[in-house]
Amino acid sequence: MRGTYFKLRNSYLIYIMNSIIDLVYLVPLFPLIGFLINGLGRNNLSKSLSGIIGSGVILASFIVSLLIFNETRAEGFTATTVNLFEFINVAGLNIPFAFQIDQLSALFLLIITGVGFLIHVYSTSYMHEEAPQHFARYFAYLNLFVFSMLLLVLGANYLIMFIGWEGVGLCSYLLIGYWFKNNEYGNAARKAFVMNRIGDLGFLLGLFFIIQQFGSLTYIDVFSQAQGAGTSILTVITLLLFVGAMGKSAQIPLYTWLPDAMAGPTPVSALIHAATMVTAGIYMIARSNILYTLAPVSQTVVAVIGLATAILAATIALKQNDIKKVLAYSTVSQLGYMFLGLGVGAYTGAVFHVMTHAFFKALLFLGAGSVIHAMHHEQDIRKMGGLAKKLPVTHWTFLAGCIAIAGIPPFSGFFSKDEILVHAFAANPVYYIIGLAGALMTAFYMFRLYAMTFRGTFRGTHEQEHPRLNDAVGQDLHESPWQMTMPLVVLAVLAIVAGFVGIPELFAADAHKLEHYLAPVFAASTDIAEAHHVSHETEYTLLAVSITLIVVSILYALNRFSKKPETGEAEGFGKILANKWYVDELYNNIITKPLNGFGIFANRFIEKSGIDGLVNGVGKTVQWGGRQLRLLQSGQVGNYVLWMVLGILIFFVLAITILNK
Amino acid sequence: MPINYYIFLAIALFSIGVAGVLTRRNAIIIFMCVELMLNAVNLLLVAFSKMHYENVVVFNPASPVGTEAQLFVFFIMVVAAAEVSVGLAIIVMMYRNIHSVDVNFLNRLKH
Amino acid sequence: MTALLLILIPLIGGFTAFFIKEEKQVKMWSLAVAFASLAVMSYGLLFAFNLDNKVFVAEWLPQFGSSFALLMDGVSTLLCLLTVVAYPVIFASTWKSKYTSPNSFYGLMLLTQAGILGVFLAADGLLFYFFWELALIPVYFLCSKWGGEKRIAVTFKFFIYTFVGSLLMLVGLIYLYYQTSDASFSMQSLYEVKLTVTQQAWLFWLFFIAFAVKMPVFPFHTWQPDTYEQSPTAVTMVLSALMVKMGLFAVVRWLIPLFPAGALMFDNVVIGLSVVGMVYASVLAMQQDDLKRLVAYSSIAHIGLMSAALFVNNESGMQGAMIQFFSHGVNVLGMWIVVELIERQFGTRKMSELGGIAQKAPTLAILLVVVALANVALPLTNAFVGEFLMFNGLFKFNLWYAAVGGLSIILSAVYTLRMIQKVFFGNENAVTVNTTEINWYEKTSLAVIVVAIFVMGIYPKPVFALVQETVTMILGIFK
Repeated sequence: MRGTYFKLRNSYLIYIMNSIIDLVYLVPLFPLIGFLINGLGRNNLSKSLSGIIGSGVILASFIVSLLIFNETRAEGFTATTVNLFEFINVAGLNIPFAFQIDQLSALFLLIITGVGFLIHVYSTSYMHEEAPQHFARYFAYLNLFVFSMLLLVLGANYLIMFIGWEGVGLCSYLLIGYWFKNNEYGNAARKAFVMNRIGDLGFLLGLFFIIQQFGSLTYIDVFSQAQGAGTSILTVITLLLFVGAMGKSAQIPLYTWLPDAMAGPTPVSALIHAATMVTAGIYMIARSNILYTLAPVSQTVVAVIGLATAILAATIALKQNDIKKVLAYSTVSQLGYMFLGLGVGAYTGAVFHVMTHAFFKALLFLGAGSVIHAMHHEQDIRKMGGLAKKLPVTHWTFLAGCIAIAGIPPFSGFFSKDEILVHAFAANPVYYIIGLAGALMTAFYMFRLYAMTFRGTFRGTHEQEHPRLNDAVGQDLHESPWQMTMPLVVLAVLAIVAGFVGIPELFAADAHKLEHYLAPVFAASTDIAEAHHVSHETEYTLLAVSITLIVVSILYALNRFSKKPETGEAEGFGKILANKWYVDELYNNIITKPLNGFGIFANRFIEKSGIDGLVNGVGKTVQWGGRQLRLLQSGQVGNYVLWMVLGILIFFVLAITILNK
Repeated sequence: MPINYYIFLAIALFSIGVAGVLTRRNAIIIFMCVELMLNAVNLLLVAFSKMHYENVVVFNPASPVGTEAQLFVFFIMVVAAAEVSVGLAIIVMMYRNIHSVDVNFLNRLKH
Repeated sequence: MTALLLILIPLIGGFTAFFIKEEKQVKMWSLAVAFASLAVMSYGLLFAFNLDNKVFVAEWLPQFGSSFALLMDGVSTLLCLLTVVAYPVIFASTWKSKYTSPNSFYGLMLLTQAGILGVFLAADGLLFYFFWELALIPVYFLCSKWGGEKRIAVTFKFFIYTFVGSLLMLVGLIYLYYQTSDASFSMQSLYEVKLTVTQQAWLFWLFFIAFAVKMPVFPFHTWQPDTYEQSPTAVTMVLSALMVKMGLFAVVRWLIPLFPAGALMFDNVVIGLSVVGMVYASVLAMQQDDLKRLVAYSSIAHIGLMSAALFVNNESGMQGAMIQFFSHGVNVLGMWIVVELIERQFGTRKMSELGGIAQKAPTLAILLVVVALANVALPLTNAFVGEFLMFNGLFKFNLWYAAVGGLSIILSAVYTLRMIQKVFFGNENAVTVNTTEINWYEKTSLAVIVVAIFVMGIYPKPVFALVQETVTMILGIFK
């Protein structure tokens, strides 16, 4: 009796333990419900209600995510698949609608819902000028985005990932073009969507190769068979998947949409174009790490493209004057570092950087939003300056973000970037040198931005400083309300302390908790890849060099731009940088214009003259022939009789010759 | 007489008729040429009829062979007479209307 | 019985409509007839989906060995369902349109419905040809009497194209008839004809041109943008949502089973033409200013993918194509409804003259965006499932066809988003400043479409199950 009782108890306990994982569908379900309520009820909801619903559903997801995360921290937790329903099951290809929970997806769940929640709260205040139905529409889009992003990271197979992948692209499109009256914004939104679609085509072809090779899209099936597949097919698959990542994560050559995407509301830039969506490519490669580890050529391509993007975007950021554009190029550059990390096999480092980057870049964007909000939609840093005293909370949190991204210990960016750079050094010292150069530029342009915005003297208009002169109820330039500063403070704290989950081996053995946590996800790769080990002496030297150089570069930037900010237009080489190396113009000339030209040619000539001409030509030939034959009817009776007689004679001749045979 | 003579005569008459129809423009002459052609055919019918009769009657005096062609000739003559009456009437009307019997003058259908 | 009733209801309803003089009454009558077909179909599908209902045979022309034989297999069930769902939606969404002599208009529309359903059901060669023409001939009248300015020239073009195709098919059919062992037009006898490869080759083209014109496949497509542009929108809806499927369906039921060797011999030609057509039509769609022409070219691009997928000879492509038959019908119907609503309200279809409609008609904008997203095959909309499987099938056939055809995925996003932006976003102008929101039955029509888009996009399993037998049958023939 006693034994049975315990058995029952045990199974009951197991049921409870499993149930949290089984409830994973709640995580995307909450945002979906929020989307439906806000979307369908947009005409009937008050602003505060739609804000509460929009943020509340994300908070609910976050709580479930926390529980799931807690579950995955247990020692010996293995990836669990939750089947929801059968999606596609034809032609021997079974693609269920299923979720997979493991450490990687649980970590991303936390980032997405956690940062997402803060940004939703921030938005309730940032968007308060909007009319209620547009306010609800905004939250509907935002909820839909979170839903899609959750599908992306939760999917148990590549197709569910692809569904989320395109879904986030759609939401990005909708949110960039949120202010749809402005055609410029609409163009930016279209550009983002189309460039993403180019990547998606690569992704899709990669999926077809996977189906052909492995007969399945489910991660477990694909990864378990990966070692049996040939290197060449894996290289093709991984490169095609990387094309998808190029589009989504804004890498060369598909990065130009991301800076334009800044047309959207600033919280959107923070959530989609900094913290979450653009890291989808990193998630995808980290998820497929075994495929990449088995295809060294692809790894090299990923590393080189990542590095090239990091350095290219950093150079452009040096000369941008729009506060959001600087941050946008900085995002592109940081994403490049993440790909460098993936390319050199530092999967944990890349995911670590995704996490820290989500905190400090979201922080920086929200800080920028706070500045823009205070400055009444002024985004040009040449017209700011001296805001430190007027916006104290924004100032301090922004500074924390800048230090974090620059990579000063013990702020979070230091640990994650350092981990990537050390691995890069181990793989190839050249990577390290170029990467370090990029890091120096990062520090430089971030503090240029900081100095021009917050230091020196105020350079804006008088109305921006004292709007009360025009508007009786207005106040002086002032700090934003708590809905905006609270997320800033939370993110600033995270940006400062988040690095401690990944303290390198160098300082303390077994202190890299994140690596330990993620180890099961990357286990297969770790077994295969030859470990590059860097001696402790070298590592210390590298750290010292990079910290010294970064500090010097920060001090130089602070010194230079606090006192004498750049206010004019860039000249010489700076002009090329300010114009983004003219890449947009190049694309316009080699792709858009020829395609349009061909379209016009096809429309005017092939359709009208070619195919239609051919068809009409048949008709015209018949008409012409009829006109000619008509002339036989001369109207002269003699002629007719002559033809008749000739005809009779021909028949005679024919009859005689044929009958005689 | 050998049948060849009849045939040659009929061919000659028929050819004269065809040539007349093709070359002449006077409606009455065309009409007469048509009659010539009809009569050439009549002549042939009668001649062949007689020839067949002579070949058959030797074996079977009661044979009706040879009578059909003669009947045909009467039939053609009746039709030709009807044709003449209608045709001449048309020609007369034509002369009254346009004061000419030139067929080429009547090419209005062409336009 | 379901099969027979499906044809009889619109046939009798159509003839009756000619005698109803009052405009309102004839509209009500047509809608009632359309709903009656829908009801019969739903009843058959839900409660009596058995062999008795799917097969019907009666004597028709015994002297030619032809009988009135109907067969409702998986794919024809799907297409009949599409037809009976589409008609009420068409009538409801064009409720406000005014026609001269509405009785003939609605009568002809219903006769077309009978013809289309007949094409999808006929299991006899001659009967198939009869319904094929029954579906087409009313359309000539509809287009030439109620069309736009250039309607006569355009109808003539349409007539020449389709009629040449039909006649070629008739010649092929009669030839085939003389090859049967029992001098019969029945589907079974025609299927059993033993043909040499050479015979199959040229018979394949006789039939294929007829179907290719109807689909249309590049380069037989130039009648289509003109006809879609000039026809009244209700007719355009029938043409593009339903009649296009006649060509595709005929490939499934007649062309491939009759001439499998011919299909295998020319698979590269057909797929090559279709893939070229996809990209070509997409590029052209980017250049159009007229909404109807844009949708027409976009439709050609989508049809290209379907016709390619029908010839890839693998299950993935086939299944994808069949589910896409339905999805494309639903999506393109949605697009036309939006075009119709815009044209009726603003009197123009030129994108350059429109703009900013979303400001005052947000519901219309949202519904259009959903339909447009289905048109670009975004995941979780119905078109994604089909396109994913079709591209997968195409990929299995030949990697490069999938890669080149895949360009249309990108281009479709380009032209669809351009359309959304030019029509709905941006600022209002003189034409659109007095925009009003759509009314409840127009909303309902579009909502039906939107629900169909999501239901099939998220849970396509029932459709797969429905068409599985047809797919297995065809793939069996290839083996």
